[in-house]
Amino acid sequence: MRAAEAFRMALEALRANRLRSALTMLGVIIGVSAVVVLVAVGTGAKNAVESEIAGLGSNIILVVPGRLGVGALPTQSRLDLADVAYVRRVVGDPARVTVSVNSGETVRVGRSEAFVTVVGTDENLPNIFDRPLRRGRYLSETDVDTRRRVAVLGSEVAETLFGDVDPLGRQLTVSGARFRVVGVYEPVGATFGVARDQEIHVPVTTAQRLLGVTRINGIAIGASGPDQIEPLQRRVVDALTERYPGERFSAVTQTQLLGTIGTVLGMLTGVLAAIAGISLLVGGVGVSNIMLVGVRERTREIGLRKALGARQRDVLAQFLIEAVLLTTIGGVIGILLGVGGALLIAALSPVPAAVTWWSVALAFGVSAAVGVFFGVAPARRAGRLDPVVALRAE
Amino acid sequence: MTSAAFEAVGLTRSYQSEGVSVDALRGVDLRIEPGEFVAIVGPSGSGKSTLMHLLGCLDRPTSGILRVDGVDVSTLSDTHLAELRNRAVGFVFQSFHLLARTAALDNVALPLVYRGLPRAERRRRAREALESVGLGHRIGHRPSQMSGGEQQRVAIARALVGDPRVVLADEPTGNLDTRNGAEVMAILDRLNAERGVGVVLVTHDSEVAARARRQIHVRDGLIEHDSGTAGSSGRAGEAGAGEGREPGEGGAGRTGPVEAG
Repeated sequence: MRAAEAFRMALEALRANRLRSALTMLGVIIGVSAVVVLVAVGTGAKNAVESEIAGLGSNIILVVPGRLGVGALPTQSRLDLADVAYVRRVVGDPARVTVSVNSGETVRVGRSEAFVTVVGTDENLPNIFDRPLRRGRYLSETDVDTRRRVAVLGSEVAETLFGDVDPLGRQLTVSGARFRVVGVYEPVGATFGVARDQEIHVPVTTAQRLLGVTRINGIAIGASGPDQIEPLQRRVVDALTERYPGERFSAVTQTQLLGTIGTVLGMLTGVLAAIAGISLLVGGVGVSNIMLVGVRERTREIGLRKALGARQRDVLAQFLIEAVLLTTIGGVIGILLGVGGALLIAALSPVPAAVTWWSVALAFGVSAAVGVFFGVAPARRAGRLDPVVALRAE
Repeated sequence: MTSAAFEAVGLTRSYQSEGVSVDALRGVDLRIEPGEFVAIVGPSGSGKSTLMHLLGCLDRPTSGILRVDGVDVSTLSDTHLAELRNRAVGFVFQSFHLLARTAALDNVALPLVYRGLPRAERRRRAREALESVGLGHRIGHRPSQMSGGEQQRVAIARALVGDPRVVLADEPTGNLDTRNGAEVMAILDRLNAERGVGVVLVTHDSEVAARARRQIHVRDGLIEHDSGTAGSSGRAGEAGAGEGREPGEGGAGRTGPVEAG
């Protein structure tokens, strides 16, 4: 028997039982589209986080006291501005080091108020982070040295407090202290759930006085090139450990963050795909079940075909191709639905679903394999039927 | 070429049924020449159906020798047995056994599918076969759109399409009324007479059996009576006048009965 003939027979059989074929396919369709959608969502989330990290700037090293890692307890910072000056000497280029002191505060302008993150920092921040200005200027060295009460606003803060009014030169109040707006940032979006557009930046010295602290929360260093990141990271950590024996300091780079986040989200995507894969497997069991029913129902047909000269392998091929057609047609429909669903999710929700070619190829391959795997047993049963017995079947 | 269509020596077939061995055939010796018209007659349970299944290569003997078209079936694998079945015999069943959702033409062409012939040739030969049973106008009809007699004629066309040496018919008139039954018998008779196709039919209807040139009575798994062996009865030799058969295949060397008759 020719392969084309086996295909034609299988297609005819599927068409003869349209509803049953469609329902059997449904299991595979759901499984495959679930795989495609969930992998797309997982991949989209990973891409989004990675682009957020990349959007911070390039070659950034973040230095924080204590041990950084999942499940680590937050450590009370013991670093202060003297330590920042020390790190600047270690790095060799003061302009490549900046600092932050953070606190959540309520900011008022007239009657409107907003809860924002007040970040005390210095004039070097734009050297290290990508933080383009929309209006005005960055903080200056003089601002820091003379503890000026000036502020640069994140784009959302500016909008909430001032609306359509140009904020430049206007006043706002933080914890009873008045600040003058000298600049407004462009929107940059969020990183790790930190809404950077809801920050206001003030001189670090002013922030420490306002909050009544001498500590700082972290130091950020911009390496001069990608190959400088690792040596610099090691040098700074060593220097701080030497200055404070027995204490731990952590320095993380963007690359390490990317790697860690990528691994976590990759695993998450894998787990999601595996769960969806289980439903594909259940769909395969359905195919096997319905094929067994089909073999039983068509026992007389099988007997007849054998009487007319069909060999075992002809009958086996006919039923196996039928099973594989069921799952691959279901697979193609599932892929189309999955891709459509992922695009819809990406368009209508904040979840940035991204369809990957490998998930589509995998879903198709797996659905074909499911057809072979779950089709073999019924097809073999059909192929081995005794023609005399099969012809007599009712 | 001169081999018998069927040759059986000491043929037995027993079944195991719930631990009990049932002997359906208990030693049958039989020789059927190509082009013969034979009726195998016997009451139900006599073993005649078992005999037909063996002759049709649907089943294998428990012991004894069976040669179909000169080939000893005991030496054949399942695959080769299927190929022999496809080439050497055509089946006609009591309940027609047509594929319900398939047009007459494709039903008739089915044996050629398993011979690996291209579609165009299958259809051409199927159309010829349908025309030869007088159903050239029904090629696109499904079984449900045809009468029982027409369905059985489609089945006969299907049995013929592969140019077998013998058509095996199991109670071919059993599900038909008298008129349609007679028509089916007339077609089988004509095929045998004009084209030299051998016909072996199994029946318990003595009227039907009387249409055959040779009657083999089976009872209790043995041949009880054989009305005549090849060469002394049957009009097999008339195949020589048939069309579309190679002389060697049809009836060469068996012209005696005609000359004698």
